[in-house]
Amino acid sequence: MNKLYEKYIKKESLPTLFCPGCGNGIIQTAAISAIEELGIKDDIACVSGIGCSSWIPCYYKLDVMHTMHGRALAFAEGLKLARPDKKILVFTGDGDCLAIGGNHLMHAAARNIDLTVIMANNYIYGMTGGQKSPSTPKGSITKTSPFGSIDEPIDGCSLVMALGASYVARWTTAHPMQLAGAIAEGIEHRGFSFIEVLTQCPVQAGKGVHGEKDPAAILKKYKEGTYLYKEGREAAEGKIPVGVLRHDKNAVEYIERVEAKLREQGIERG
Amino acid sequence: MEKRTSESAKTPNKEAVLQGNEACARGALYAGCRFFAGYPITPSTEIIELMSSEMQKCGGAFIQMEDEIGSACAIIGARWGGKKAMTATSGPGYTLMQEAIGFAAVTETPIVIVNVQRGGPSTGQPTMSSQQDIYQARYGSHGDYEIIVLCPSSVQEMYDFTVRAFELSEQFRTPVILLADEVIGHMREKVVLRDGSKNIKSVKQKYVVSPQADFFQGENTLVEGQLHDSMGRRIGHMAAKSGEFINNINRKIKDHVDVIADIRTYFMDDADVAIVAYGSVVRPAIDAVKLARKVEDDRIKPKLKVFKDLLRKGVQETINTDYSHLKVGLIKINTVWPFPEEILKEATKDVHTVIVPEMNVGKYCREVERVLRNKKVIPMSKCGGDIHTPHEILDEILKEVGVDE
Repeated sequence: MNKLYEKYIKKESLPTLFCPGCGNGIIQTAAISAIEELGIKDDIACVSGIGCSSWIPCYYKLDVMHTMHGRALAFAEGLKLARPDKKILVFTGDGDCLAIGGNHLMHAAARNIDLTVIMANNYIYGMTGGQKSPSTPKGSITKTSPFGSIDEPIDGCSLVMALGASYVARWTTAHPMQLAGAIAEGIEHRGFSFIEVLTQCPVQAGKGVHGEKDPAAILKKYKEGTYLYKEGREAAEGKIPVGVLRHDKNAVEYIERVEAKLREQGIERG
Repeated sequence: MEKRTSESAKTPNKEAVLQGNEACARGALYAGCRFFAGYPITPSTEIIELMSSEMQKCGGAFIQMEDEIGSACAIIGARWGGKKAMTATSGPGYTLMQEAIGFAAVTETPIVIVNVQRGGPSTGQPTMSSQQDIYQARYGSHGDYEIIVLCPSSVQEMYDFTVRAFELSEQFRTPVILLADEVIGHMREKVVLRDGSKNIKSVKQKYVVSPQADFFQGENTLVEGQLHDSMGRRIGHMAAKSGEFINNINRKIKDHVDVIADIRTYFMDDADVAIVAYGSVVRPAIDAVKLARKVEDDRIKPKLKVFKDLLRKGVQETINTDYSHLKVGLIKINTVWPFPEEILKEATKDVHTVIVPEMNVGKYCREVERVLRNKKVIPMSKCGGDIHTPHEILDEILKEVGVDE
């Protein structure tokens, strides 16, 4: 096993439960690369919800909380408020985060609380066998949209930006280095950092969503179907913007606001 | 039969007249609670309001979450961050918290949840009291788990039982429910408060199935909702190990009822009839005992005046009934769950009739019936929000026991 894995992966928990060709392994490595790059292994903990991507941190040699479907952010906020001196990395998925977890996502973003959220978007509910999710493209054939999905997909990045997230980025599993960089930047950023990763689920989403069961072909689609976002630059027709979509260094983080208010009130912390 | 609750701290006490909800919040702060997440809901709202200033003043963290689910989850997260944590709610919010309660039970996370009961079901009666959630407090989440539930009957107990709730939650690494009701939550009484903060330690090994350190202790703790071994690794796919885990989690509490149970008895030494009561219904129950036993109590006299006023509104005339032949006693259940089976059997061994007044359809009475098969057990359900009166309780006993005994 390579040095990074020796340091961060619990050998006794392997093999992972991910399917062959799953993108979660790439996200898993990107995240620990970022933690290693920042040198904060002792000062970071992970919180996840329920779904395939929520399993990513369960293999780490870190403190990990594998919580309830849709509720990772609520747990993470409690943990962060108890230990504001530490960093919290949240792993979630398109279903976990945008469906059942939508309310907590909205409010955590609105608070601009210092958390880093990695939302693995495979456009499907993979763990339960391939039902549509809020991000599933219109027309996709899934286990709960057998005639083709009739819903306009929800864009997590737009949602959190509208509510006040101060660091928002999107990459894909076809951009592993850039992904690791964005995760590091997001962790370092003091505020609500949201990183969407478009990832492949060849087994459950391959055929019905991408028209492709081959994970390499899906990765190729991600590479070719995205363009690097730059403010002011014209959007590429029919392609998804990737890169840093927002990095507001001036937004005041939640805990900072609480502390400022208490100081203003002359409240001495006991 | 008397059992002590938390031992007295050697710190100076002070007296105040407080509302029940306020006493609960102050008890939590005294117990060392340093994280509160909550959502407003009648009749518990005073707790979150007080915490929004007091929690932060004592160096803790406060957050009003977007819903009760978030509140219950946040307190679990905070506890793994090393801070004792509490939330407070009522019926509809308590229902929302059930998944998190099961999660806390299976992950052995010490948390305290206050349910100031109101009339249900659904939106029900937001400003009226009830005891309808007593089964939900025990069985609300899916799956097999045990839980500790305390029922305060006074403002002092709102304070003391909140402190005990934190002690028990840490001792047994379990969620503990403080099951209050609107009457106790909103009434105002004199309380003896303690200064400073109690040092409640967490017990790592004795009662714990999967001992794990708080986060950031260098232990690589894995908090896992699936059934797991002592390292947090899942075992759900292994039937025998899973069965063992379930049994251990349950036995952890069930086998220690003797340590957990807090039952008080009044006038039971020569009693033929026992009233079994918990929560706010203890108040009229104890007055009923005092009436029957002709105990001089200044506080009862003003109440007789209230009854006389009620009589003018057409309440049945019972004021002059002679209850003096009734040898009635009270068994006050402070810890309603785990069910104190052996203590109840012992306490009632010389009585022939047991009456269970409750502000619900007669739920706890079913447990009493189950355990006291050779006694006459009479349910005394009162739904709608009005609390039983001492005379109603005594009249019900008279009906069962007869006028001349």
